[in-house]
Amino acid sequence: MADLRTNLAGIKSPNPFWLASAPPTNSGYQIMKAFDAGWGGAVWKTLGVPVVNVSSRYGSVNYRDKRMVGFNNIELITDRPLKDNLREISEVKKRFQDHAVIASLMVETKEEWHQIVRDVVNAGADGIELNFGCPHGMCERGMGSAVGQEPKVLQMIVEWVKEVAKVPVITKLTPNISDITRPARAARAGGSDAISLINTIQSIVGVDIDQFVPYPIVDGKSTNGGYCGPAVKPIALNMVKNCAQHPEVNLPISGIGGVENWRDAVEFILLGATSVQVCTAVMHFGFGIIREMLPGLERYMDEKGFKTIEDFRGKALPNIRHWEDLNLKYKVTASINESKCIGCQLCYTACEDGAHQAIALSSDPANRIPSIIDENCVGCNLCSLVCPVEDCITMERRDDGKEHLTWGERTAAGNIPKTFDDPLAGGLHHWVPEPAEALAKKKPRHYKG
Amino acid sequence: MAEYKKPTTEAEFAANFHPKKPLMTDTEAYYESSRCLYCYDAPCITACPTGIDIPTFIRQINNDNKDGAAKTIYDSNWMGHACGNVCPTEELCEGACVYNHSDVKPIEIGRLQAHATDKVIRSKKKLFRTGKDTGKKVAVIGAGPAGVSCACELRMLGHAVDIYEAREKPSGLCVYGVAPYKLTNEEAVDEVTYLQEQFGFNVHYSKPVTGRADFEKLEKDYDAVFIGIGLGATSALGIPGEEKQGVMGALEFVEVLRNKHQATPAGNRVIVLGGGNTAMDAASESCRMGAESVTIAYRRGPEEMGAYSFEFDLAKKSGAKALFNVTPMEFLGDGNVTGVKFIRNSSVNGKLEVIPGSEFVEPCDMVLLGTGQGKQVKLLEQVPGLTLDHKGRIVVNEQFQTTNAKYFTAGDAMNGGVEVVNAAAEARRAAHGIDGYLKK
Repeated sequence: MADLRTNLAGIKSPNPFWLASAPPTNSGYQIMKAFDAGWGGAVWKTLGVPVVNVSSRYGSVNYRDKRMVGFNNIELITDRPLKDNLREISEVKKRFQDHAVIASLMVETKEEWHQIVRDVVNAGADGIELNFGCPHGMCERGMGSAVGQEPKVLQMIVEWVKEVAKVPVITKLTPNISDITRPARAARAGGSDAISLINTIQSIVGVDIDQFVPYPIVDGKSTNGGYCGPAVKPIALNMVKNCAQHPEVNLPISGIGGVENWRDAVEFILLGATSVQVCTAVMHFGFGIIREMLPGLERYMDEKGFKTIEDFRGKALPNIRHWEDLNLKYKVTASINESKCIGCQLCYTACEDGAHQAIALSSDPANRIPSIIDENCVGCNLCSLVCPVEDCITMERRDDGKEHLTWGERTAAGNIPKTFDDPLAGGLHHWVPEPAEALAKKKPRHYKG
Repeated sequence: MAEYKKPTTEAEFAANFHPKKPLMTDTEAYYESSRCLYCYDAPCITACPTGIDIPTFIRQINNDNKDGAAKTIYDSNWMGHACGNVCPTEELCEGACVYNHSDVKPIEIGRLQAHATDKVIRSKKKLFRTGKDTGKKVAVIGAGPAGVSCACELRMLGHAVDIYEAREKPSGLCVYGVAPYKLTNEEAVDEVTYLQEQFGFNVHYSKPVTGRADFEKLEKDYDAVFIGIGLGATSALGIPGEEKQGVMGALEFVEVLRNKHQATPAGNRVIVLGGGNTAMDAASESCRMGAESVTIAYRRGPEEMGAYSFEFDLAKKSGAKALFNVTPMEFLGDGNVTGVKFIRNSSVNGKLEVIPGSEFVEPCDMVLLGTGQGKQVKLLEQVPGLTLDHKGRIVVNEQFQTTNAKYFTAGDAMNGGVEVVNAAAEARRAAHGIDGYLKK
């Protein structure tokens, strides 16, 4: 049976599923409820000098009938007095000794940092997370992402915190920066015990096209918010990978960004994360989603024979290389399973208009099953991605696997295109229709303007 | 039996005749439209006789542009709302949906179509601009689906249109002949009213064209005439006892039902003769009127029925039973019909042969003839030079022009009786035929 217990730089929790510092961790009530439901840890809603919030705080990106595939907020750190939060931290820790309670903090001066770190440790926090990521509201006051974007300032504050912190310190990073490893390295230089990422991405989630104001609307006006939810997961995964692979970062990672099921968690762990933090999914579906996450992760680990999280943490990292190290001799082409094809012809139109004109339609209009033109197929995957039927279009390997040649090797050998009309151009011998054929082709009803 | 209690109030009638395809709410339409795959060269378009750009209107619904969706629908079919409700979508667009091939429920195209058109009809939104006035005038006989579709298209082309309608309401069978659980009179009339406001054609109600003199006047006053008269009354079977009380045409029964609702005189033991869609409707309706027993009697076997299988299924689900391979010989009774005398027959190589001595009597108090409408041959004979085929259908060329050059036609009078959507498709093309003729 898989052992889900997690140890992130000394912060222990019964499983790697933590709640991120956000509205779901605003109070001891919510966190107790979450622990009771099965969550392993919680990063308390950021503490500091309490703020005043606006009304109308969240915005959402819906995709067709799917709600909140992207989500943003303009809410600030806690608006509750510190003493209430400290009292509740103590209460939660009394009831849940094995669970991780991490205090997220954001203050300005060295004195404030020293004071609040001592306060939360005294209250029983198992760790501290430094909020250097919030991209709205706080950064204008010189905090949040304003710190995360200045590695020197970031390092200095980490050093202040480490002067007094008796528990592990996690530095939370903002993605609103061109190279995520710079603040990560600064965190390490300052003595941080771990990093967590990503915080939210500066965003405008949409615009009300009648009132001419972005969402969320506050009395006819708006401001940029912080973007999160399933839509940001790919960005988060890439940044986690960047930090995990960088030899000068070398810190335990708590992965954040669009995690909402066991599979997302596995992906973050495979890219180097030790724990994951969840917010949007809980704001959408409640704490109950842990009922799917825990058994899903357990089943995966049991099937793979992984006994602990450490057994597969970072396991995908060796397989992430620079583009120039990929094998140019590897060749796949698409294959359509005719017995599964339902004849929507999305693969045809996607390839025809959006890719490489490598799919043909039957000359018999009654036969709606398209066919792959093997010699034109570059193996881009697009058809298999748009196909609405499971396992109908698959990508089949066509090379014999014996040859291996990378761009890097070709460059070293001086065997790469160098001039605009170089005969080594990759697409030189690819078939492309003549431009005017586009106009001559018979179009379906309604397709002509 | 009696799955349905006899309705005595308007509320009970409405419950028994609950719409088969109720209007979608915005939420329902949003979720359903989200499912559309947006197929390339979509098979649903090909399956639609009017060729509506279905994936586009569904995408427009999904992207909160319902006016645009309605316009896309009407761009191809002036009976968009009626068709959304009454079309046999199971056989047409929805039957062609690719989801059928992966055992996923096909998109509810008919209901989405009705949803979008209902929105603009109720908002009275102006979607179309009529063509520049050509100074030409066209008379349209009949305000049914064919006549109204032709009128809209003629107005788009800039011709003035007067419709002469024999009855008090427009929309033909949509008001007088369609099963009440498919489309209400209000919905049918509202669509025509909406179109009339868009296009400014005139409709003269209760103005039947009855004889040579009327045709002569139309020929004199108008540059072209469109015949959209549909079919006539249910044909007589020509067997003894047909005049008895309680024996009536299925279509005539529906007409009363659509207008009198629960006050419609309906039978307790009903026999419906015929195997077509009208017979199935009459059976389903009789069940919903609380009949104790409803029996569909058809001369041939189930596989030879003209009705769509889903219509037969609906009749069975409503509580009707079926008798196959029986031929009615006589309606029995003393004034009121009390039974039908049948004889059994077998079908040998497609030919019916009676089985001697197999007569039997099926008791009943009402008989509905779903055995087909007659053609209005007598009336059509008043148009000089008009040719009818052996089935009484008006003969036309590719432009839907009859053998009298001034007359054009479409719909049931020409095709012998198909769907509303066929009439809408043909009449639109006929309008272009008329346009070509007027420009000569």
